[in-house]
Amino acid sequence: MTTPAETTGMSEGTSPGPGDADDTPVRGLWRQGVEVFCENRLALVGLAMFVLLAAVCFLGPLFYHTDQVHTDLAAVHLPPGTDGHPLGTDGVGYDQLGRLMLGGQTSIIVGLAAGILATVVGTVWGAVAGFAGGWVDAAMMRLVDAMMSIPSLFLFMLLAAIVTPSVSMLILIIGAFAWLGPARLVRGEALSLRSREYIQAMRSMGGTGGRAVRRHIIPNAIGTVIVNATFQVADAILYVAYLSFLGLGVPPPAANWGGMLSDGLADTFSGHWWLLYPPGIAIILIVLAFNFIGDGLRDAFEVRLRRR
Amino acid sequence: MSAPIDTAPHDDDVSGDGGEGRPLLRLRHLSTDIALRRGTVHALDDVNLEVRPGETLGIVGESGSGKTMTALSVMGLLPSGGSVVGGQILFEGRDLRSLPPDEVRRIRGVRMGMVFQDPLTSLNPTMRIGTQVAEPLRVHEGVGKAEARERAIEMLRRVGMPRADKIVDDYPHRLSGGMRQRAVIAMALICSPRLLIADEPTTALDVTTQRQILELIDDLREEFGMAVILVTHDLGVIAGRAERVAVMYAGRVVETAPTARLFRSPRHRYTEALMESLPESATRESGARERLYSIPGLPPDLSRPLNGCRFAPRCRFAAPECRTTEVTLSAGEHGYACLHPVTATTAAASVRTVAARPSAPEAASETGSETDSEAILSVRDLVKDYGATTGGLLRRTSGRVSAVAGVSFEVRPGETFGLVGESGCGKSTVGRLAVGLESPTGGRIVLDGTDIATLDRRERRRMRRQVQLMFQDSYAAMNPRMRVDAILAEPLEIQQVGDASARRARVTALLDQVGLSRRVLERYPHEFSGGQLQRLGLARALALRPRLIVGDEPVSALDVSIQAQVLNLMRDLQRELGLAYVFISHDLSVVDYMSDRIGVMYLGKLVEVGPAHDVVRAARHPYTQALIDAVPSADPGLAASRESVTIRGELPSALNPPTGCRFRTRCPIAEGICETEPPLAGDLHQVACHFPLRPESRTAAAPTG
Repeated sequence: MTTPAETTGMSEGTSPGPGDADDTPVRGLWRQGVEVFCENRLALVGLAMFVLLAAVCFLGPLFYHTDQVHTDLAAVHLPPGTDGHPLGTDGVGYDQLGRLMLGGQTSIIVGLAAGILATVVGTVWGAVAGFAGGWVDAAMMRLVDAMMSIPSLFLFMLLAAIVTPSVSMLILIIGAFAWLGPARLVRGEALSLRSREYIQAMRSMGGTGGRAVRRHIIPNAIGTVIVNATFQVADAILYVAYLSFLGLGVPPPAANWGGMLSDGLADTFSGHWWLLYPPGIAIILIVLAFNFIGDGLRDAFEVRLRRR
Repeated sequence: MSAPIDTAPHDDDVSGDGGEGRPLLRLRHLSTDIALRRGTVHALDDVNLEVRPGETLGIVGESGSGKTMTALSVMGLLPSGGSVVGGQILFEGRDLRSLPPDEVRRIRGVRMGMVFQDPLTSLNPTMRIGTQVAEPLRVHEGVGKAEARERAIEMLRRVGMPRADKIVDDYPHRLSGGMRQRAVIAMALICSPRLLIADEPTTALDVTTQRQILELIDDLREEFGMAVILVTHDLGVIAGRAERVAVMYAGRVVETAPTARLFRSPRHRYTEALMESLPESATRESGARERLYSIPGLPPDLSRPLNGCRFAPRCRFAAPECRTTEVTLSAGEHGYACLHPVTATTAAASVRTVAARPSAPEAASETGSETDSEAILSVRDLVKDYGATTGGLLRRTSGRVSAVAGVSFEVRPGETFGLVGESGCGKSTVGRLAVGLESPTGGRIVLDGTDIATLDRRERRRMRRQVQLMFQDSYAAMNPRMRVDAILAEPLEIQQVGDASARRARVTALLDQVGLSRRVLERYPHEFSGGQLQRLGLARALALRPRLIVGDEPVSALDVSIQAQVLNLMRDLQRELGLAYVFISHDLSVVDYMSDRIGVMYLGKLVEVGPAHDVVRAARHPYTQALIDAVPSADPGLAASRESVTIRGELPSALNPPTGCRFRTRCPIAEGICETEPPLAGDLHQVACHFPLRPESRTAAAPTG
């Protein structure tokens, strides 16, 4: 045992200092992370924007009933504000606001699902490659390089032409190519993490590679991964928009923002601006929202920002 | 803030005109704040200092004491958020805070020079040395390119750079640490400043290089007639080099005095405690090592309002009034800010005179009595080579770096084996080999009677329990996303020791052992101070009840007072649990304090092994002697009286090590025969040298004879 003086000196914290752990309340990493996130105004704005958009798209239809299945050729191209159509109607008589909600559902679902799929696949692929190193790493990463060298939009078009686009198909197609980014990112992270001293400490205790990946590498790469995931989601939403814009999105009567934008563009010169701006603005807003959230999360996962 | 009544010392000479009495630099009531995310840190509070022309002022203090902030405030290089909020910086009688910015810039650029701690980061890697050294000339004096180059070469010569006319066109990465620091000094001196501020100029360097650089600064000070402010945490560096010393604590100067006087009779209780925390203070008198005095607790948080003496919460002699009364520096040559200073009578006890050194029979008998017990770790002819690869696609092995070349030693149960040497000597590699983080290229590692090489993977994993590693930087060695309970339980989980509740019990027991409160279980590593992290690191190393702990520079990153806490703890646990340590450090005084036996390494080879007392006080290898002489001692008398074996030059590359004795290229007494390799010879105090400095001492030879 140590001398009483020394023990009390350390445990009672006679002179509280910045590093003196004993007299500050215990706060979890999550709690501190949330605090840092909340300090970033833009991130909060982004979060609010996303929550608002998602609420409008998913809860809006419960209060604002529109027929999004049957066309109504008697009420085409009604300008905003005409009886019961706050945002007017489109070329086949669907209510534009209701369509925006329906399209938003598709965009958000595909975006989130494809983003998450890409992140999970990419993280596992990259972590394994990075930690294994050597020829395993070389083989795995050359595959990634090869796929990355093919223009993705071209592939999307090809695939979308072969298979019938549906929501789940879109998720798979986008996910199948979007994982390359996270894979590279996580592989780089794993390469640097595996030489950290805490991994060496664990190895000197007799720990195995599996434990290193599970307990040390993935938890420490999670910050990068989650931040990247938000950008992946934003990208996926844009991909859906691209595909739909090119006419390869989900077939009508289903809708999505990219498809609506594409339809609206055809009407640009007819003066039907309400078909063009709302979906365009919605896409901009949701992508911005995810980028802001990503920025905030990057701060929140940066341990150094919490050290003081 | 607590600006006390003006009792600043020596207000008389402020109007003095020229002459010796007039200080070159004078800080009056200097206060500096640094605005951070969470509040403002009052880094300096009412600092009064003066530097006279041509003298060296040492500023010493632990991390966070404000010593670097003082230097940065003078140079106007405060970090973002930092600003001088009060007081005056009088340079040659003019207040830098009230002069126009252009003028201040010129003064700082031409009349002052600064040398930083890390010579690597203070040089621009994409600029040639000459261009960088001459940059101040081009900026402040508008000198042409050709002349600037000439003057850069001239200055590089004066700072002792070999082949200055070649190096002037080299890039920084071609230079070793010591050479880089010379280049940085040349850059600081190129405009012939009146004041040189050196902020920890040698902390990143090895002791032998440190000595060269400190001597260089001394010589240049005389040659240029400039004043030097030497900022350091190392009392030893100050003792040998400074005329006057200012001791800082928590943003204030707590004591200032002529060096000899300060070390002979410190008055402030903090200074006294600091000196008693030095390992050499406990080892000097006799072979038996006393317990180090350690200052309890941590320095105060400077972002909070503080009352009274800032050291009071950690002071042994604090009285109630210490916590409430503001204390200012007393006037006179020896100023101190302490209500209950060390008096002449109490000082006598703490004076550390250079006692006639007894040959310490107790040290020898300690090691002698254990010769029979079987070694816990036995290393035979250990060799470790690393393939050096050339960059590029096809990694061709271009040579072999010989990190460890035939090292043999034994560690017996309950013993501390110290491994000392400069950076790159392979001491850390030996540690990593011993714990099994690396596998040897050749040689045998016998753990507890079992040759590790004969074990299969599972047995080897179980064997790991016997030897554990303690890191220099425990923060880096702990997963920042794991809580303390998970960190301490991890070795138990890996080795599948006990069930969950047994592990929890073991973890709390470990915390008790290292003197940490059980409340820390739910905290994360970043919430701890350096000393607490080392305690946690030790606790984790102890979790599997090992018989040997390899400590790789376990206290090198800590302040002196915290270092004493950790060293005491390590010794207490050793006595309690019968642990053996392999204690690896570059710091000879710490190794001397901790170890029963010491091995000295040079360039992958063990050049000397023997009882700690004999190795340090009667070294037989010229390298060991040079190492000992280079260690700055916190005893001005000793530091000045040393006749020295000085080694010059740089450590040869381990890629093509010298044949024979690897030290012969720098050895002052090397002869032709040194091209053949000397064996490690001797009974207890072994040395690998053809011309040992002295025969094996009687005390060491006695037990076998």
